[in-house]
Amino acid sequence: MVNAAERKLALSHLWVAFIAFILACFMGEYQVLERSGFIPALESPTVYFASVSTHGVLMGFVLTTFFIMGFGYYIATSSLKVPVWNIKLAWCGFWISFAGTAMAAIPLLTGKASVLYTFYLPLQAHVAFYIGATLLVVGSWLWCLIMLVMFSQWKKANPKQPVPLAMFATTANALLWLWTSAGVALEVLFQAIPLALGWIDTVDPGLARTLFAWTLHPIVYFWLIPAYTAFYVFVPKQAGSYLFSDEVARVAFILLVVFGLPIGFHHLYMDPQQASGWKLLHGIGTFIVSLPTLITGFTVIASLEIAGKLRGGKGLFGWIGSLPWSNSMVLAVILALLMLILGGFGGIVNASYAMNAMIHNTAWVPGHFHLIFAGTTVIMYFAIAYYIWPLLVRKPLFSNSMALIQLWTWFIGMTILSTPWHVLGLLGQPRRISTVVYNTLLTLAWKPYELAMIFGGLVMLGSACLFIYNIAKTQFSPVSATDFNQEIEYAEPYHPVQDVPDYLNDFKLWNRVIAVLMAIGFGVPILQFFFMDTFGSPAWGL
Amino acid sequence: MQNKSFSEQTQDLIGKWVDFIKDFRAQMTSIHVDRLERKWINITLLTVCLLVAIITIDAFWHGINPPGKVETIDSAKLHLSKEFAESNLGVQLDGQGAIVIRMVAGRYSFFPKHIAVPAETKLTFRWVSMDVLHGVHIPMTNMSTMIVPGYVAEITTSFPKPGEYPVLCNEYCGLGHNHMWSNISVIAKEDWKAPAKIIVNKEPDNG
Ligand code: HEM
Ligand SMILES: [Cu+2]
Ligand SMILES: [Cu+2]
Repeated sequence: MVNAAERKLALSHLWVAFIAFILACFMGEYQVLERSGFIPALESPTVYFASVSTHGVLMGFVLTTFFIMGFGYYIATSSLKVPVWNIKLAWCGFWISFAGTAMAAIPLLTGKASVLYTFYLPLQAHVAFYIGATLLVVGSWLWCLIMLVMFSQWKKANPKQPVPLAMFATTANALLWLWTSAGVALEVLFQAIPLALGWIDTVDPGLARTLFAWTLHPIVYFWLIPAYTAFYVFVPKQAGSYLFSDEVARVAFILLVVFGLPIGFHHLYMDPQQASGWKLLHGIGTFIVSLPTLITGFTVIASLEIAGKLRGGKGLFGWIGSLPWSNSMVLAVILALLMLILGGFGGIVNASYAMNAMIHNTAWVPGHFHLIFAGTTVIMYFAIAYYIWPLLVRKPLFSNSMALIQLWTWFIGMTILSTPWHVLGLLGQPRRISTVVYNTLLTLAWKPYELAMIFGGLVMLGSACLFIYNIAKTQFSPVSATDFNQEIEYAEPYHPVQDVPDYLNDFKLWNRVIAVLMAIGFGVPILQFFFMDTFGSPAWGL
Repeated sequence: MQNKSFSEQTQDLIGKWVDFIKDFRAQMTSIHVDRLERKWINITLLTVCLLVAIITIDAFWHGINPPGKVETIDSAKLHLSKEFAESNLGVQLDGQGAIVIRMVAGRYSFFPKHIAVPAETKLTFRWVSMDVLHGVHIPMTNMSTMIVPGYVAEITTSFPKPGEYPVLCNEYCGLGHNHMWSNISVIAKEDWKAPAKIIVNKEPDNG
C-alpha cells in the first residue's frame, strides 16, 4: 500500500489541477455566451480576452501540469513499490509551481496579461505573467528530475528486469517535457522577460514564434501520455482482460517521444519566417508521429476485444456489447476513442498544408483541440481520478452511477459544442474573437451554430460540476478509512515479459536520437535569425 | 595515446556502428509481436508512407508549398520604404502585367480598406505588419497567411468566384482584434479594369 505521505503529495497536486479545471469551465461557458452576442449586456472584449487568456492558461498549463505531476508521483511509488525519492524536493516543486500559478493569476484576472496562452510577442503582458509561468515550469522540472532519478535507481537495484510499463511511460513523459519546455523557456528568458523589464528594446517575433512552435507540438503529447498510460496499464484489467503487448506499448511511447519533438513547424505552415523546405520536413514528421497513436488504438481495441470475448461476446462486433460498460474506466476509454477517431480526421486536414489554408486560425482549430484535448485527454483524466481517488483517500467512490452519467454527459456536451465549432471554421469564422461585429452577410450564417455551442458548453459545465462533487464527496465522506483495502491493479500482459531488450528499457539511446533530430529540425531554422538581416519589434501594449 | 592511422580510425568507427546496428536489429527483432498486430503495423506504415509521398510529390512536382519565402523588412519604417509607402499600396500591375497587391496590416484594419481584383486571375499578395502579429484570411478561399512583423508574407492565389468578401484578421492582435477587417471585391474578369497608375519595380528597399 502506498504511504500516507505519498498519497497526500499526489492528492494535493490533483486538487490544484481540478480546481483550476472547474474555474476554467465556468469561464468557458461565459465565453461561448459572450461570443454569441445573445446577451448584449455581456459584451466586452476586455473581459472576454482576459477570460480566454485565463481559461487557456488554466486548462493548458495548470490542469495538465499539476495532474501529470500528481499522477506521476502516484505511478512511480505504486508501480516501483518504493517511496518517492526526496519527497521534500517534490513538495518544493509543488510550491514553486503553485506560487508561479498564483503570481500569473493576478495579471491574468486583472486584464494585464490578456495575451492568450500562446502570448505571441511583440504583444506585451505584465512581467509577473511571464515570471509566474516560468516558475510553474521550473517546479515541473523538479518533478522530471525525481522521475528520472527513481527510474534509474530502480534499474540499478533490479538489473536486467523490465521497468514496469507504467513507470516507463511516466519517465518517457518526464524526458519529453524537459525537451519540450526548453523552447518556450528560451523564448521567455531571452525575449519576453528582458523585453518586459526594458533590458532590451526589441525582439524578433519570427524567432519567438519558432521557439514557441518547438514547444507547442510536443506539449500535446505531454498532456496525452497519462491518457495513453491509462489505456495500457489500467483499461485492460478494468475490462477484465490482458494487455495485448507490453513491448509494443514501449515502442509506441518511444516513437511518441522521439518523433513528437522535432515537428512543431506544422504550426508555422502559414508563417513567412521559415522556408517551405523546413515546413515540408516537419510535415513529414507529423505524419510519422501518427504511427504510435494508430498502434495504441489497435492495442486498446484488441485488449477490449479479448475482454468482450472472455465475457461471452461473440462475432465480429458482438464483443462490444458484452464489455463492462458500467465500469467508468471502460466507458471512458470507449468515449475517448470515439472522440479520437473524429478528431483524427480533423487532424489530417490540419496536417496537410494545402487543406490547412482553408481552416488555419479559424474556429475549426479550437473545435478540433477541444475535441481531442478537452475530450479524449480530459475524459481519461476523469477516469483516472475515479479510479485512484478511492485508493488515495482510502474510501470507496461516492457514486459510480454518477460517474457514468458524468462521462456520458461530457461526451454528449462535447459533441454538441465541437461540431458547430468545426462548421463555423468552414464558414470562415476566425478563432479568438469575442462578439462578432463584422458588417457582412456571412456572419448571419454563424448565428445558429453559436447558439448550439452555448448549449453544449452548458452540458459540459454541468458534467464538470458532477465530477468535482463526486470526488469531493468521496474524500470527505464520513466512512471510516480503515475498512477500505482495495489496491491499485496494473494490467498483466498477455505474453508475460521476462526480458525486454535494453533499448526498450532505457532512454539513453533515444535521448541522443532526439538530440540529433532536434538539431536537424531546429538547428538551421533557429540559427538563420542570427545570420540574416532581421528587424526587431518594440513591445506593444494591449 | 594510441597512434592509429586515419584509415584505421575510420575502420574502427565503422566497425562500431555496424556492431551497434546489428545489436539493435537483434534486440528489436527479439520482441514478441502478435501476427495480427504486425499486419496492422505494416498497414499503418504503408498508409503513412503513402501520405508522405503525396505531400512530397505535391511539393516537388506540383509546386504546392506553404508560403516560405523568407524576406525581411523593417516594420517600424514602412512609411519610409518605397514599396510599402502609402501611395504604393493596393492593386498594381508590374512590368510584366502580373497583378501584385501590397497590403499593410495595422491595429485595427488592413490598408487599403477596400480593394478590387479580377476573378480567375493569378494574384500575388504581399502583406506586411506595421505593429504586432496579425493573420489574414478571406473566408471560403485559401488566401490565408500569418503576417509577422519584420517579414513580408507573400502568397499567390486566385479567386474562382466573383463577389464581395470580407478580409478578416485571424490572429489575436490586441483588445480590438475582432474589429479588424476590411473588404475585397472580386470582379468578373471581363469587367475588371486595371488601375491607372502602373508601378514598375519593387526593388529591395530595406536595409
Ligand atoms: C465547459 C467546457 C468548455 C467550454 C464551453 C469552452 C469554451 C472555450 C471557448 C469559447 C474558448 C475561446 C475560443 C476562441 O476565442 O477562439 C476556449 C478556449 C480554450 N479552451 Fe476551452 N472550453 C471548455 C473546456 C475546455 C477544456 C476542458 C480545455 C482543456 C483541458 C479547454 C482548453 C482551452 C484552451 C487551451 C483554450 C485557448 C484557446 C486559444 O487561446 O485560442 N477548454 N474554450
Ligand atoms: Cu502541433
Ligand atoms: Cu487581429
